[in-house]
Amino acid sequence: MEKAIAIQMKGITKRFGEVIANKDADLDVRKGEILALLGENGSGKTTLMNMLAGIYFPDEGKIYIDGKEVVIRSPRDAYNHKIGMIHQHFKLIDVYNAIDNIILGESFYFDEAANKAKIASLKKPEGNESRKEKFKRNIKLLAARLEKAGAYIKFNWLSRNRGEDIRAIADKYGFAIDLKKKIYDMSVSEKQTVEIIKVLYRGADILILDEPTAVLTPQETKRLFDVIRNMRDDGKSIIIITHKLNEVLSVSDRVAVLRKGEHIATVNTAETSETELTEMMVGKKVVLNIDRAEPKNPIDRLTVSGLSLINKENVKVLDNVSFTARAGEILGIAGVAGSGQRELLEAIAGLQPAATGKITYFKPESNEAVNLRAKTPTQIREMGVRLSFVPEDRLGMGLVGNMDIVDNMMLRSYKKGKFFFVDRKKPKSLAENIIKSLEVATPGTNIPVRRLSGGNVQKVLVGREIASSPTVLMAAYPVRGLDINSSYTIYNLLNKQKENGVAVIFVGEDLDVLIELCDRIMVICGGKITGIVDGRSATKEEVGLLMTKGRQMEQSPSTVGQRG
Amino acid sequence: MKSTEKSAREPFFQIVKRDNLVWWKAWLIRAAAVISAFLVCGIVSVILTKRGFGSFYVSLFKGVFQTERRIWNLFQNISLLLCISLAVTPAFKMRFWNIGAEGQALVGALASAAIVVYFGGKVPEALLLVMMFGAAVAASVIWAVIPALFKAQWNTNETLFTLMMNYVAKSLVAYFINVWVTSGSGVLGVLKFGHFPAIGGYAYLLNIIIVAVLTVLVYMYLKKTKHGYEVSVVGESLNTARYVGINVKKVIIRTMVLTGVLCGIAGLLLVAGTSHTVATNTVGGRGFTAILVSWLAKFNPLYMILTSFMVVFLQQGAAQVATDYRLSNAFPDIIIGMFFFFIIACEFFANYSIKFRLAKKEKKA
Repeated sequence: MEKAIAIQMKGITKRFGEVIANKDADLDVRKGEILALLGENGSGKTTLMNMLAGIYFPDEGKIYIDGKEVVIRSPRDAYNHKIGMIHQHFKLIDVYNAIDNIILGESFYFDEAANKAKIASLKKPEGNESRKEKFKRNIKLLAARLEKAGAYIKFNWLSRNRGEDIRAIADKYGFAIDLKKKIYDMSVSEKQTVEIIKVLYRGADILILDEPTAVLTPQETKRLFDVIRNMRDDGKSIIIITHKLNEVLSVSDRVAVLRKGEHIATVNTAETSETELTEMMVGKKVVLNIDRAEPKNPIDRLTVSGLSLINKENVKVLDNVSFTARAGEILGIAGVAGSGQRELLEAIAGLQPAATGKITYFKPESNEAVNLRAKTPTQIREMGVRLSFVPEDRLGMGLVGNMDIVDNMMLRSYKKGKFFFVDRKKPKSLAENIIKSLEVATPGTNIPVRRLSGGNVQKVLVGREIASSPTVLMAAYPVRGLDINSSYTIYNLLNKQKENGVAVIFVGEDLDVLIELCDRIMVICGGKITGIVDGRSATKEEVGLLMTKGRQMEQSPSTVGQRG
Repeated sequence: MKSTEKSAREPFFQIVKRDNLVWWKAWLIRAAAVISAFLVCGIVSVILTKRGFGSFYVSLFKGVFQTERRIWNLFQNISLLLCISLAVTPAFKMRFWNIGAEGQALVGALASAAIVVYFGGKVPEALLLVMMFGAAVAASVIWAVIPALFKAQWNTNETLFTLMMNYVAKSLVAYFINVWVTSGSGVLGVLKFGHFPAIGGYAYLLNIIIVAVLTVLVYMYLKKTKHGYEVSVVGESLNTARYVGINVKKVIIRTMVLTGVLCGIAGLLLVAGTSHTVATNTVGGRGFTAILVSWLAKFNPLYMILTSFMVVFLQQGAAQVATDYRLSNAFPDIIIGMFFFFIIACEFFANYSIKFRLAKKEKKA
C-alpha cells in the first residue's frame, strides 16, 4: 500500500561560498515509514536535513508539507510543522535532568479560568477555621495570585507534575530511561534517548536522526531500532541519516541515496541490495581490493605490556593492555569508538604520561630495547626513536588549521638546526613534494590547511608523518570522512610503509577494510584487549563478537517497554 | 498548517561567509570604512558646533600637524603606544589575554624613577641610564611573569590576574611618591637626572628610534624565529603543541618575560624620554589602548605602526577640535569611539557578504 506523502522537497540547492552542498535535490518522505538517507561523508545528507529542521535556509527549491508549500526559517518553524531533528552532537544542558532539558524552551499554558476559580474559592473561609488554617489559606491565596502575576509578565511556572506527560511518551514507545537523572550522569545512549523524547514531546511527527548509531554499541543500536519501529507503527515518519549499509538494510523501509549533494534515487529497501546501494553511493562499480603482501622478515619493533591508564575523570580507559607490533606488518586495532584506542596511541606517543606498565621499543640498528613510557614526545625523538603518529583529530592535533602547508610541515622539524631562526626552505620543498606525489588538490603551499577538503588535509598530514621515515607509524581513523579514492590513496600509503619495513598500527572502524588490509587485528573493548586475530583468516562476525565481549557481560538484556 | 500565514515570507537577506577575499578588495573595504567614519564624525561635529562642515577637518588636522612641536608630540605618543602594543602582542598571539600592560609598564616607570631618586647625581648620567634600564626591565618582568607562573602551574585565569596587578602597581606608585615627596603635595616633580640625550637637539628622537628598532625586532621574532613559531602553535592549538612536544608552560613563561622586557622599556621611555617623573597615571591608559592597537593590526607589528598612528592622530586632533569649539573633553572619546565602530564593523564585511534575496511572487497551489 502506498502511504501518503508527508514531506516533499523539490529542487533544493544550497551553497556555502563556492562549495555546493546540495544541488537540485528532491526528496519525499511518507507517513509512517522509516526512510534511510544514505550517502558518503560530505554528500550533503546533513545539510539537506538541516534545511528541513530550520538550521539552514535553501538557496533554491521548495518544501511542501501535506501538499502545501511552507517556508521553514527557524527551528521553531520546523516544530510548528511537526518536524524535529536529533543532531549528531547533542544539545543538552549537563547540569539539568532529563525532564528539565526536555521542557526547556517550551512555553507553558496558563489556565486563567482555573486560576480565577481557585482565587475565588480561597478568598472566603470555609466555616469557622482555626488561625493555623487561616494562615495556610492565605499562603495558598498568595501563591495563586503570584501565579497570575507571573503569567501576566510571561513568567512560566513549572508545574509540579511536569514529568508525567514525558513519562507517558517514554512508556508509549518503549524508552528505558530514568527521567530524573542528570545529563552528566548519563551514557551517550541515554543522552540520545533524551533528545528523541524531547522531539516527540514537542509533538514532532517527522523525526530526523543524524547518524544515530555512530556512538552506540550493537546492543544499544538494536534497542534504538526497536524504538524507531514502534514510532513508525504509531504513524510517525523517521528519517535516518547514515552511511552504514547494514543498518540501512535492517531498519529502513525505503532508501534515498545522495551523491555529491545530488539525489540519485529512492528505492524500496526490500528490492535492493548492498552492491546496488554502494554503486549508487559511489557512482561507479568499485572493486574493494587492497593488495596485501606477506610481511617480510617481521621482527618485534614495539612491545606493550600491562599498560593501564586512568584518565582525568577517574575512569580506567586502558586496562592491562599487552601486544607487540612487528616491523613490516600492519597491526589493525578494532573496537567500538571510544574503547581506549585514542588513549592507547597517545600513551605510546608520549601524550599520556600517567600510564602505567611497559612500552618498549627495539632500535632497528642494534635491537637495543628503549623504554618509551612516561617520556615526552621530545624525549622520544631525542632518543632516536622514529615514531610517527597520525592522530584522529587532524586539524585539532595533527595540524594547525590556520597555518599554511609549509608551516604545518615544520611542526615536526622546526627545532632542527642550531640557529635561532627557523628555516622555511626545506619545509617548503617538502610541501611541494607531498603536493606532487600525493596529488593534493590545493592552489598553492601558502593557503591555510583548514581551507583544504578533508581528503587533502589527511594527505598533508600523512605525507608529513611519512616524510620523517618512521620505523613505527600509528594512524587513528586515517580515512574517516574521506571519499573512496582518497581512502585508497591512504591504504596504499600504509601498505607501502609496511613493505618498507615499518611497523604500522592502524586504528579503523570499517571491519571490512580492517580484514582486508591488516596482517593481524587486535580487538579492544572497554580498554581491554579481547583478542588478537589473524587478518587473513578472521571473519567479520568473529571480530564483531570480540568488540562487544566485555560489554555483554556488564549489560542486562535490552529492556524494551510495552509497545504503543 | 496554521502558521503558514506568518512564516510564508522568506528571509530578506542572507549572510554568506566569503571564501577568499582579494587583498586589494579587503583594503578597499577598510579605506571605505575610514572615509565613512570621517564623514560621520564631521556630521556629528557640525551638529554639536553648529559650524561649517569643513572647519572640523581643519581643526582636526591642525591639532596634529600645525606646529613642529605637535608633530613631534604625535610621533612621541605613537612610539610610546606602539612600544606597549609590541609588548602585549606576543602574548596575545599565544592567546594569553594579558590586560595588565598598564601595570607592567607602570612598575617599569616606577623602578627607573626610583633609580633616579636614589642615585641621580651620584653616578655618571650614562651609568644612571643603564641602571634605570636594568631596574625597569627587572621590575616589569617580575610583574608580567607572576601571572604567567600561576597560569602555567595552576591554570589560573590570566585576564583577572593581570587586571588586578594593575591596581597593585598603582598603589605601589602612590606609596613611593608619598615616601619620596616629603612636602605632602603628593606630586613628584620633574626629575633632574636620568634624561635621554637629545639627539641632534630633538628631545624625542631617541624614543622614536628605539621603538622603530623594537618594532622590526618583534616582527622578526614572531615571523622568523623558532620561538615565534612556538608562540603561534601554542596560540592556535594547545593539543597540537602537546602533540609535537612543545613545552607549553615554558613557552607561556618565556613569552611573558618578553612582554615584561618590552613593558620595562616602555616604562623607561616614559621616565627618561618623556615625562621625567612618575605618577599613578603616567601610562595614561596606553596599556589598554595597546590591546586595541594590537588586535586591529591582527598582531602584525608592521600594521601596528598604522593603527597606533590612527589612534594617536584621532586623540590629538579631536582634542584640538574640542579646545577650538569649547566642547567637553569627552569629545575625543566620542570621535575615537565612532571611528572604531566603523573599523571593527568593516572587518565583518571583509569576512562576510550579504546577499539580498529577490522578492519572488509565490503562488499557492
